[in-house]
Amino acid sequence: MIKNKINYSQRKYVIGSIFILVAIILIIKLFIIQIVDDSYKQSSESNTLRYITQYPQRGKIYDRNGKLLVYNDAVYDLMIIPSQAKNIDTASFCKLLNINNETYNTSFNKAKKYSSITPSIFISQITKEEYGRIAEMLYRYPGFYFQTRSIRQYPLPIAAHTLGSIGEVTKPEMEHDAYYKLGDYIGKSGIEKYYEKQLRGKKGIKITVVDVHNREKERYMGGAFDTLPESGDDIILGLDADLQAYGEYLMAGKTGSIVAIEPTTGQILAMVSSPTYDPNELVGRQRGQRYNDLLNNPDKPLINRAISGTYPPGSTFKMINGLVSLQSGVMNANTPYPCNGKNSAPIKCTHSHGSPVRLYDAIENSCNPYFWQAFQAMMNSSRFKSQKDAFQFWYDHVTSFGLGRACESDIPFTVSGNIPKKEFYDKVYRGVWNAMTIRSLSIGQGEILVTPLQLANVAAAIGNEGYFIEPHYIKSFNNPNDSVSFERHVIDIKKQHFKDVKKGMQSVFEGDHGTARWSRIPDITVGGKTGTAENPHGQDHSIFMAFAPVENPQIAISVVVENAGFGSTWAAPIASLMIEKYIRGEITRPNVEKRVLTLNENE
Amino acid sequence: MRSRTTIGRIDIWLFVIYLALMTIGLLSIYAAAFNADHPHIYDFSQNYGKQLVFIGGSLLVGFAILLIDAKFFNAFAYVIYGLSILSLLLVLVVGSKISGSTSWIQFGSFSFQPSEFAKFGTALALAHYLGKLDTDFTKLKTKLIAYGIVLFPMMLVLAQGDAGSAAVFIIFLFVIYREGMGGKILIIGFVAATLFIISLCVSKWYIMIGLAVIYAIFLLMIDRTKKNIWLLTGILIAACAFVFSVDFAFHHVLKPHQQTRINIILGKEHDIRGVGYNLNQSMIAIGSGGFSGKGYLKGTMTKYNFVPEQHTDFIFCTVGEESGFIGCFFLIALYLALMLRIIYLAERQRSAFSRIYGYGIACIFFFHFAINIGMTIGLVPVIGIPLPFLSYGGSSLLMFSMMIFVFLKQDANRMNIL
Repeated sequence: MIKNKINYSQRKYVIGSIFILVAIILIIKLFIIQIVDDSYKQSSESNTLRYITQYPQRGKIYDRNGKLLVYNDAVYDLMIIPSQAKNIDTASFCKLLNINNETYNTSFNKAKKYSSITPSIFISQITKEEYGRIAEMLYRYPGFYFQTRSIRQYPLPIAAHTLGSIGEVTKPEMEHDAYYKLGDYIGKSGIEKYYEKQLRGKKGIKITVVDVHNREKERYMGGAFDTLPESGDDIILGLDADLQAYGEYLMAGKTGSIVAIEPTTGQILAMVSSPTYDPNELVGRQRGQRYNDLLNNPDKPLINRAISGTYPPGSTFKMINGLVSLQSGVMNANTPYPCNGKNSAPIKCTHSHGSPVRLYDAIENSCNPYFWQAFQAMMNSSRFKSQKDAFQFWYDHVTSFGLGRACESDIPFTVSGNIPKKEFYDKVYRGVWNAMTIRSLSIGQGEILVTPLQLANVAAAIGNEGYFIEPHYIKSFNNPNDSVSFERHVIDIKKQHFKDVKKGMQSVFEGDHGTARWSRIPDITVGGKTGTAENPHGQDHSIFMAFAPVENPQIAISVVVENAGFGSTWAAPIASLMIEKYIRGEITRPNVEKRVLTLNENE
Repeated sequence: MRSRTTIGRIDIWLFVIYLALMTIGLLSIYAAAFNADHPHIYDFSQNYGKQLVFIGGSLLVGFAILLIDAKFFNAFAYVIYGLSILSLLLVLVVGSKISGSTSWIQFGSFSFQPSEFAKFGTALALAHYLGKLDTDFTKLKTKLIAYGIVLFPMMLVLAQGDAGSAAVFIIFLFVIYREGMGGKILIIGFVAATLFIISLCVSKWYIMIGLAVIYAIFLLMIDRTKKNIWLLTGILIAACAFVFSVDFAFHHVLKPHQQTRINIILGKEHDIRGVGYNLNQSMIAIGSGGFSGKGYLKGTMTKYNFVPEQHTDFIFCTVGEESGFIGCFFLIALYLALMLRIIYLAERQRSAFSRIYGYGIACIFFFHFAINIGMTIGLVPVIGIPLPFLSYGGSSLLMFSMMIFVFLKQDANRMNIL
C-alpha cells in the first residue's frame, strides 16, 4: 500500500506544472492589458474624473381624463467635491452666491462630513436666472459645478393630499436604499411616496475629465462608461380633476372630507380633505419652512381627514345593520316593527312617521327603533347558539365591508377605524353583556368608528349589490388604456337584500319623508343615507353616503362636514352636487350650490 | 522548551512569504480605502485599521497553534470537520444575507463566513482519511468516502446560494489525484469543463452536430470492434447528456445575476452599466497601471472609488493600478512561490496526513489565487472569493492563516514522526 502511494509522488510535477501554467496565463493576460493594449490608459495623472449624476425625469401624473396634474421643471443644484475645493476665495464666492460666510462654512462642513471625495449638494434649486450669472464665474472655484435637477410643478392647485410631495432624503432613507445619495429627492407622502420606485426612474452617470482649472475637458473614454438616465413611469390616476376641484371648492372654509369612488373599479374619483393647501407650496427651497408653517397651523391642513379622520358613522351604519339582519334570516324586508316616536324605548325616534314601519320606510325616515329591533331580533335569535355567536355573525359581516381595517392598496397611512370585537365587550362588561348592553351599535353609535374612505366604500359595495374592489388611487402606468387591478371582495349577503336596501336608500331622496328630499337631482336616480355623528366635543358631524345612478352606479360618495349638525343639512346637498357634477358635468341647481357655499360665510 | 524548538524549526521561507503577502494586503487596503480624514494606518475606525487588528489576531492564533501538540489536528480532524459542517448548517438557519447569498453569521458587529472554516475542516478531514495507513484508494468504498468528504460541505455551501465558495471545493480533486485518483478523471474533468464553456456559448443543437461529426470521424479511424463501438457510443451519449444538463442548469439553476456574470465573460452580453461595471472598472484600473504603475497612493481609479468592493474581492486592482505590471508579476511570483514551497514541504513529510494536508491548502490557495486574479482581469466570471492574505476581511484572513500555521507546525514536527 505504501509502495502504491510512493508511485504517485511523480504527480507533484503535474500539479506543480498546472500551478505554474496558470500563473503564466495570468501574467500573459496582465501583459496584454497593462502593456500591449493602450485603451485602458486614457486617464492621465493631471486630470481628475467627475461623476455627474444624470437625473431622470420623474414620472408625470395625470388624472383619469389625461389632464396633467404633476410635471417637472428644471432647476440647478450647485455641487461640491470638498477634496477638490481648494484655495477658494470665500469672500468673493459668497458674494457671487449671495450667502454669508457662515452659511458657506456650514454647507461646506456638512458636505465634507458626508464625504470629501464624492459630490454633495452645496446649494440646491437655483433658478435659471441665478444659474446663468453664477455659472459664468464658476471656473474660479474648483470643486464646484452645476447639476440639473427637476422639481415638481402642479398646474392645478388641487389634490395636495392625494398627490403628496417629494423632499430631500433623510439619513435613514439613504441607509435603507443605496439608490439615494445626499440631496436626492424621494416621495414623502401620497402617490409620490407609494409609487416612488416607479416614478423615480433610473439615474444615469456622465463621467467627464476635469482639468486643474475646474473645466470639463472631455467625456471620459468617449462616454463609454456613461449611462443614460431612464425616465420614471407616468402614472394615470382614477382621479377626476374637475370633480376634485369642484369638491375642494364646495368644502372651502369647512372642515371635513369628501371621498368619491368609481364602484365598478374601486378607483378614487375625488378625495377632498378640508382645509387643504396648494401642492405648489411644498416645492422648492422653501419647502422646509412652508412645511413647518402647515404643520403648526391650528386647522391641521396636512392631515388627510378622508383617510385618517375617524367618525361614528351614525345612521349611515343602519344600512349595514339592516343587511346583516336580513342575511341572518330573522326578518325580511316586509317585517314590521312598531315605532312610538319620541316615546320609544330604549332608543327614541328622531323623526315623525307612522307605525309600524318596514324596511323601506325605516330607511327613508331613518327610524331608530326599527333598526334597534332588527338588531335585537338578530342578537336574540335562536338561530345562533348564543348572543355572542350572533354578535360574531354580525362582526364577520360588518368587517367584510372593509371596515375595521386599514386599506390594502396604494393609499398610504389609512387608519383602520374601529369595529368592536366580542373580546372587547367581554373585557369591559366582564363577560356579561347582551343586545341591550351594546344597543348603540344598532344605530351606528357607540364604539364604531369609520373613515370617510371606508364609508364611501360601503356606499360602493351597496351600489354594486354585494362586492367592492379595494379602493385605490391608480388607474394605470404610462398607458391610459391599461389598468392596474386590485383585490375584489365579495360580501356574503344575498343580492336581493342589497336590492331591498337600495330601494330604501332611493326613497331617502324620492320619498315624501326622505331625509335627503331637499337634495334631489333632476333625472338622476340616487340612493343615499344621511347620518349625524354625535360629537362629545362640540356640534355633531354631518355625514352622508350615496351612490348614483341607482341601477348602475358610476359614483359612490361619502361626505363628512365636521360640527355642521344634521346630515341632511350639509353633507347631503354637497354629495348631490358632486354626483351631478360627475354624471352630468354641470350643475342645474345653482340655489343648492349657493346655499352650500354660505356655510363658510356663517362661521 | 519544546515550544521554543518548534518555533525555531518552522520553515522561514514559507513564514516570510506569508508575512510579505499580508503586508502587501494591508498596504493595498490602505490605498484602496484611504480616507483623507483618517490618514493613519492604525486608525481603527477605517478598514485598514481593522485589517491591522485582523493581522495581529491571526498571528496570535497562529502562534497559539504552534504551541499545540502537532498530533492534535490529525487526531481532531473529524471533530473540526464536524464543527465546520455544523456551522454551515447553522448559517442556513440564522445566516444574514449579504449580496445575494446567505453565507454569513453575525456576532454583534463582526460577521463570520462558515464556508471559509469549512475549507480548512475539509482539508483536515480529507488528509486524515486518506492518510490513515489502512486506507486503500483502489477500493471503490474509499473513493466514495473521499469524494463524500468534499461533496458534503460543497453542497451545503451551494445551498446558501454561494456558488463561488462552493466551486472552491472542486480543487480538492487535485489532492485526491495526488493520492492516487485515476488521471483519466482529471482529463475527463478538463474535457467536461471545455464542453461546459462551449455549451454556454453555442446553441446545444450545434454542439450535438459537432459531437456527431467527431463521433463519425472516430468511428472511421478506430478498430471497429464491438467493444470500441459501444464505448464510443457511450461517450457520445454521455457528452450529449452533459451538454443538455449544462443548458438546463444554466437556465434553471443559476440565479439571473450569475447567468449575467457568465454571459459577460463569454462576451455574449455587454452590460458595462450593470454587472459588467465592476469588471470593466477593474480592468481599466489594472490596465491603466501600465508597466510600472502610477505609484503608491496615486491611483486615480482607486482614489475615486471607481471599482466597487475594491478593498475586498477586487483588491488586486489596487496592486495593478499603483504598481503596474512589475508589481503584478512580483505578486504572482510570490503566490507561486508560496504554493510551490508548500508542495515542496509537503513532499518531504513523513506522515501522509501532513503531506495530504499540505496539498489541500496549496490547492485552496491556488484556486483562490487563480479565480480571484482571473476575475479582475476578465479571464473568469466574477465570483466573490477573496484573494488570500490580501483581501480585507477577518474571517478569511484568520482561516487562511490557520491553514498556514497548522502546516508550519506539522512541518516543524516532521522529524518526530517515525
